[in-house]
Amino acid sequence: MSFSVLAQSDISDAANTATAVLFYLFAIMAGGSAICVAVSRNIVRTAVALLFTLTGVAGLYFLLNAEFLAAVQLVVYAGGTLILIIFGVMLTSKSPFSRFEAKLGEVVIAMSLACVLLFALVMGIVRTTFATDEFPTGNYPIDRLGQVLLGDYLVPFEVVSVLLLAVMIGAAYLAKGRRREGEEGAARSGSLSRQAREWS
Amino acid sequence: MPILAQQSLSQPTLFQQLVFGEDPGLLVTFIYSFILCATVFAGLVSLVAMFCIWWERKVAGHMQSRIGPNRVGPFGLLQSLADGVKLLLKEDLAPDAADHFLFRLAPYLAFAPAFAAFLALPFGPDLTFEPRLNVGLFWILAILAVEVMGVILAGWASNNKWAIYGAMREACQMVSYEIPLGISIIVGVMSAGTLNMVQLGHLQGGGLHTWLIYRNPFVFAAFFVYFIASLASNKRAPFDLPESESELVAGFHTEYSGLRWSFFFFAEYGAMFVVGGIQAALFLGAWHDPFGLIGAAYWKLMLPENYNVAALFALNCIAAAIFCSKALLIIFIQMWLRWTLPRPRIDQVLYACVKVLLPLACVLLLGGALWQWLIPERPGIPWKDYNPFNFVQWAEAGFTAALVIQILLMLIGLAGFVATISWIAYAAASGRNLKQRLTEPAPIDEPSEGEVVAT
Repeated sequence: MSFSVLAQSDISDAANTATAVLFYLFAIMAGGSAICVAVSRNIVRTAVALLFTLTGVAGLYFLLNAEFLAAVQLVVYAGGTLILIIFGVMLTSKSPFSRFEAKLGEVVIAMSLACVLLFALVMGIVRTTFATDEFPTGNYPIDRLGQVLLGDYLVPFEVVSVLLLAVMIGAAYLAKGRRREGEEGAARSGSLSRQAREWS
Repeated sequence: MPILAQQSLSQPTLFQQLVFGEDPGLLVTFIYSFILCATVFAGLVSLVAMFCIWWERKVAGHMQSRIGPNRVGPFGLLQSLADGVKLLLKEDLAPDAADHFLFRLAPYLAFAPAFAAFLALPFGPDLTFEPRLNVGLFWILAILAVEVMGVILAGWASNNKWAIYGAMREACQMVSYEIPLGISIIVGVMSAGTLNMVQLGHLQGGGLHTWLIYRNPFVFAAFFVYFIASLASNKRAPFDLPESESELVAGFHTEYSGLRWSFFFFAEYGAMFVVGGIQAALFLGAWHDPFGLIGAAYWKLMLPENYNVAALFALNCIAAAIFCSKALLIIFIQMWLRWTLPRPRIDQVLYACVKVLLPLACVLLLGGALWQWLIPERPGIPWKDYNPFNFVQWAEAGFTAALVIQILLMLIGLAGFVATISWIAYAAASGRNLKQRLTEPAPIDEPSEGEVVAT
């Protein structure tokens, strides 16, 4: 995007200010909506807040000249995963406004876990020295990315794709098993397959 | 900064020099480009959407032997503006039982991505909002995937059964059609070797036979797969199940009215232009004319001794006109299909995706990859790296097979295009008499001034 290019083309105050302003804008967007994700009790609102978190992080990737990563973030998380979450909520929820009702014990466990995680993250960030000098400037050539992914790192890439294949087979098996049950219990009033047909 | 960016990096644009003098400084440039981006962006998207809405109604009218809007402005061109004013004046209603926050948010979530997708569209060699976006094509796909979120939320937050049905259909339709859409784009991208929209344009500058659609038979087929998948992902008829009026009242926007309702239409028509623009940029030679004249002139002007900002600007304007007319031609085909084809059921829509388009796209991907290996296309930018019409040079470089196939495919494509155009012309000519007979009103006797008309 234009601002990242601004930052690299002319090292000047105006460009740096613009980058800083955009950084804080995206950071506030990501952080603020992340708090909303944790606080909100309506699951669809949580998903919407998550959309803004993911978009804010994508904006940060853009500021780092990692355009491909930003676009992947948008297409996989914002465009894919979130839609599936909402789709799942639509199919399972009884009312559009079903809310989480967390018990006290759950809150305590979740809070303590979150505190431990926060502590670990803060300690990790404070103790690490980040190599800012090796920061890539300029747009990352995307063809090089493809060559690295399918050349140097071919084995990890293939392992991940096998994992995804396993997930897909599992999903297909589950869906098929459920349909068989539905056919056996077709006498029952609301079999799943019929319900699906009615919905569509 | 974004427009005519290649000049503005080293020197300010022509218009900027006129307004601010020779050296405006970076801050002025930044503010200027920000304002320019905002105004041109907003103006462009609204203009495109308003024109397309008018055109859609006009096309629909002519296909149904009507005239369509013809009262407001010349040819009824200002009808959309009048409708916009009407919608602005309407009450901003939200149902009592709706989730008010999400209900109000959803139209913006649908509109903003369509707006952002214009960022990477190549209107001309220097007339792109962000020409250095290396993942331009992928960026547009990603941002259009976010647009669905607005539609789904609109349906969900309305707390209305029809709206939720519409939203659910949109979700499953979009999630499934994104896959053949993406794969068919990859077939084209593999042949080009870049995702940058401006580079994609430059690659196709050498006349009709260098357009990507004619590079190999698999890209040629991927063009049609992409077109069908883009119809579905844009919820255009015959895949307009999310808003099928015959069953779901108005689908996901049943509860919307006024300006919020119109945002969905701005988003839809903006996205139509973007999808048509991708098709024009990826397959149909972007801003280039069929004879390669623009490419030749551009690379001649880019030589240091011929460098001329005014001529370059004029060239860019012509290029933008060509690009827009290509995108609008594809939009016209979308409209034509909408008013011709009946709407399938949702299971038929998903069958067409999962069992027809998806395997087809995968076969095309495999075939395209093998083709790259066996019969490689000529790399490089026409007119800059080689002369596309010097066929002896092609043979000397060892690309005879590629050239023969490209020209063969070009002839097939040309024949199809001419056949389609003559078919439309024939239909328009033969329908002309029919329309006049149907719509010509019976003559009304004008009452004379003194006479009282009995009602």
